[in-house]
Amino acid sequence: MTAAPVAAAAVRAAGISRAYGDRTVLHELDLEIHRGEFVALIGKSGCGKTTLLRALAGIDAVDGGTLRTPDVSTVVFQEHRLLPWWKVWRNVAIGLPRASARARAQSALEEVGLGTHADAWPVTLSGGEAQRVALARALVREPELLLLDEPFAALDALTRIRMHGLVRDLIARHRPAVLLVTHDVDEAILLADRVLTMREGRIAAAHPVDGTARTRGSAAFAALRTELLAELGVVEP
Amino acid sequence: MSAPVIAAEAPVVPPVATGRPAARRPRSTPYRAISWAVPVLLLVLWELLARAGAIATTVLPAPSTVLTTAWDLTRSGELPEHLLISLRRATAGLAIGATTGLVLGVVVGFSRLAEAFTDRTVQILRAIPFLAILPLVIVWFGVGEAGKVFLVALGTFFPLYLNTVLGIRQVDPKLLEMGRVIGLPKLQLVRAAILPGALPSILLGVRLSLTNAWLALVVAETVGAAAGIGFMATNAREFLQTDVIVLVIVLYALIGMITDLVARGLEHRLLAWHPNYVRR
Ligand SMILES: Nc1ncnc2c1ncn2[C@@H]1O[C@H](COP(=O)(O)OP(=O)(O)O)[C@@H](O)[C@H]1O
Ligand SMILES: [Mg+2]
Repeated sequence: MTAAPVAAAAVRAAGISRAYGDRTVLHELDLEIHRGEFVALIGKSGCGKTTLLRALAGIDAVDGGTLRTPDVSTVVFQEHRLLPWWKVWRNVAIGLPRASARARAQSALEEVGLGTHADAWPVTLSGGEAQRVALARALVREPELLLLDEPFAALDALTRIRMHGLVRDLIARHRPAVLLVTHDVDEAILLADRVLTMREGRIAAAHPVDGTARTRGSAAFAALRTELLAELGVVEP
Repeated sequence: MSAPVIAAEAPVVPPVATGRPAARRPRSTPYRAISWAVPVLLLVLWELLARAGAIATTVLPAPSTVLTTAWDLTRSGELPEHLLISLRRATAGLAIGATTGLVLGVVVGFSRLAEAFTDRTVQILRAIPFLAILPLVIVWFGVGEAGKVFLVALGTFFPLYLNTVLGIRQVDPKLLEMGRVIGLPKLQLVRAAILPGALPSILLGVRLSLTNAWLALVVAETVGAAAGIGFMATNAREFLQTDVIVLVIVLYALIGMITDLVARGLEHRLLAWHPNYVRR
């Protein structure tokens, strides 16, 4: 790890801070995400996960520290944030060069299994479909960094499981660096290469996830799950 | 806040008329037929009573008399001439009032500075029921065209201005944030997110403006004019020609209905994406 070439890091945050009034939310936080690495971030509600993600996305500035992120990064929020007055394909194509926009949107929609919904209005989509469109809108830009802020939190359990599979396939194909913020410890273990826990405005611990731990029901999975929950201060009965 | 104004109040619900007819179940009761039969029967009753002499012609003429009058006045060219004058006033007033309302609304919606300069003044002025200044308008402009156009423009301006500002302010900030994350240039953000988001509110403003425009036209033409259909009615009053008066009233109603229909059609087209209109 010591001699990782500079080019291998997609995100490099060193000592970044952020305060709202006199409440410090990010406290000299360090974070590095490698190219093509999938990192999940878990932590108690209100511990600053969204604040960190918004800083990485360039939506909010940081008060101190240095932050390097790739040129092209995209975000999928908890809400789909589709423009209701544009058909699905235009939502995906938004901001793309005009000439190739329609074709690129169409193939992105096919990737998320919504090729037939290109001409639908967003209001006609289910929650899971809308979130898939948001995913297509993010991936069509070929981001080097994909930021996901609890994108599945509002979906029902079955849809969420299907989304996990889809996201895993898409990430494997496009290989952006990913930061997934989630409440769901299982989700973090199943999808990520590395799970980070956040506490008091800092990254508290990092847990690499190896092959067997990704199988739900395996002993490694259960052990990591218990460990992570304990770090978050949750003890299961 | 509770000033007695005719101009628009802030819409609380999504500002779109619910234009979708309720799903009809196959029922034996012909509600639709009944709803049309009642006004038709009333009309027939009115005709019969008038013909039998139960209603004096000086009170209300028979519907058929009104139709005959309409035909006569059309053939003589009198009606088209006055109608055209009225429509021209309405169009001119609408064009002026709507354009200034929309442009100023957009400017104020986007610029805090412009808001500081204009918004409070406009809010104070809108407390005046715009028809109340009619005597003043007559003093300023006499009975010429300018005064009528001015009154129509005034009635049109306020609802459009208020609803445009409101619509722009109410655009979902989360969508704007998304646009910025994607890296849309400012101008594209306006085109993609802000104006379409404000459109339902703006179109509501258009509908309210049309209502105000007709009200202004009727009042301005009835009180002081030398031409126009309102003048026809006032003139007819001198000679107790109730058939002409009723004809003018019916014409005002028809024009109002047609403009409302056009406005609704516009909403249907422009708001095809809106939950109220989308065909699933
Ligand atoms: N715009 C803001 N103004 C003031 N405080 C904020 C703002 N955004 C977030 N906070 C505060 O910062 C803390 C971290 O918020 P957030 O990053 O959203 O937490 P998380 O996503 O981990 O649940 C919370 O205490 C929250 O109240
Ligand atoms: Mg959050």
